[in-house]
Amino acid sequence: MDNALRELYQEVILDHSRHPRHYGAMPAPSHKAEGYNPLCGDRVSVYLKLDADGRVADIAFEGKGCAISQASASMMASLLKGRSREEADKLLEGFLHLVRGEEAAGLTDDDRETLEVMGGISEFPMRVKCATLAWHTFRNAVEEGKNAVEEGTT
Amino acid sequence: MTVPFRKEMKVAMPFDAEAVRGQFPILSRTVYGKPLVYLDSGASAQKPSIVLDTMLDFTQTEYANVHRGVHFLSAAATDRYEAARRTVQKFLHAAREDEIVFTKGGTEAINLVAYSWLMPIIRPGDEIVLSVMEHHSNIVPWHFLRERCGAVLRWVDVADDGSLDMGALDGAIGPKTRLVAITHMSNVLGTVTPLNEIVARAHAKGVPVLADGCQGAVHEIVDVQALDIDFYAITGHKLYGPTGIGALYAKRAHLKAMRPFNGGGEMIREVTKDRITYADPPARFEAGTPPIVQAVGLAVALDWLMGLDRAAVAAHEHALLTHAREKVRQFNWLKVIGDAPGKGAILSFEADDMHAHDLATILDREGVAVRAGHHCAQVLMERFGVASTTRASFALYNTRAEVEALVAGLARAREVLHG
Repeated sequence: MDNALRELYQEVILDHSRHPRHYGAMPAPSHKAEGYNPLCGDRVSVYLKLDADGRVADIAFEGKGCAISQASASMMASLLKGRSREEADKLLEGFLHLVRGEEAAGLTDDDRETLEVMGGISEFPMRVKCATLAWHTFRNAVEEGKNAVEEGTT
Repeated sequence: MTVPFRKEMKVAMPFDAEAVRGQFPILSRTVYGKPLVYLDSGASAQKPSIVLDTMLDFTQTEYANVHRGVHFLSAAATDRYEAARRTVQKFLHAAREDEIVFTKGGTEAINLVAYSWLMPIIRPGDEIVLSVMEHHSNIVPWHFLRERCGAVLRWVDVADDGSLDMGALDGAIGPKTRLVAITHMSNVLGTVTPLNEIVARAHAKGVPVLADGCQGAVHEIVDVQALDIDFYAITGHKLYGPTGIGALYAKRAHLKAMRPFNGGGEMIREVTKDRITYADPPARFEAGTPPIVQAVGLAVALDWLMGLDRAAVAAHEHALLTHAREKVRQFNWLKVIGDAPGKGAILSFEADDMHAHDLATILDREGVAVRAGHHCAQVLMERFGVASTTRASFALYNTRAEVEALVAGLARAREVLHG
């Protein structure tokens, strides 16, 4: 098998996709959003409990999608739990750089090490959107997701 | 050695896919160091050299705008453009050349019927009958009429094997039906619809029929007069021709009643400050400078296709499909969607725990190009309860060895994703 493929579908990613962490709808979230990839029809919902100061007290997601999108959502949820708003923003920005094969200067060493497994996606430009879907949805949930909860919509 | 041509030889000789492949330069390239196995012709077919060479040659020797100048080149280009129309007429067995309107593709052809024929006559509550296996290009234009004119869409289901439910079709056509809009061949299931039967049943109730022939015309011989069909849409790029060109066949009486929706040059007879009169069809519907080079390219592609023994081509494609269908039975994790009798050479499937995009990415790295996604057929995806499928579509240049490559690639994908 070629190396790019082996790197894309390495064990950590397959494990996250088969056994996603923080998976399932959250009762009474403070924020939520739904993401949709019209290219493949994949959907993901991200649920958050944000503290008064914006810290991610709890996070969950659910949805159906490819191994990349599921693994990425699972890793995102694991990493974001407990982060401040500022830390979450930095992580998101760093991740978006990383999957495009760009310099991800804002990431801490620990986060970089954890997310390194997602770096292989940069070799597959048609699949970058699979990896970023949940992360963009997280950002929408933070920025606009309070209304979605109050209106009972996503 | 030259062998004198004898008609019976053409019938007796099996179709030689290997020989035809040589006419498609792109098929000899590699991707990721592996031979290209192109199984995405349902999305767009590759083009034989004769199409590409003729388009270049025409552009270099005879090109000018059409229907305008009196100069030599304009006359030459107009001749070629109008000859292309006659080639489409011949391909579809239309009675008259002025029943062929050039469009930029199948989508525009269907939109033309929606805007120019149906929109002016539809009333709130009038119904349009369509099947759940339509491509979005044969759904969205009718949704426009639902949104803007109060039309009601009546959906005809397919059976679990993908066959059209003819009983449901009968039931759906009622006194308020203004049009039956149906695919000739599903781009996902491969199902070929019985157009002659559909037209007979619709006409018995006075309802015209439009067929989306974007897939059907590639694999079936279309005779619009024998079918007595009202509208038939084709696109060039799936017929081994260029992009940016397609055509609508419409019965003369319909064309004469139609209101143009694109206004501009070429489609008028006279323009004054306070009034216009339109040109006769088909010019009435071809506003602006048309895709001249593409029309010439399409004509070459159709002539090339008509020069082949199309029954032998169909048999070859069917053999590829049958072989692939048999081979994938070994994968108990793979479920084929669409097994209608007499279906065309399209194999769609979903796999347990393996998403279409993961499968397609891994196949791609093996050199095998397939389509993954909803195939612009989300209503059909909903019918089968899937978000997406993987689709291999076979063309006349595909070979048995390429089916084997697909099957090997699928086994590899399973290995990668399940260890």
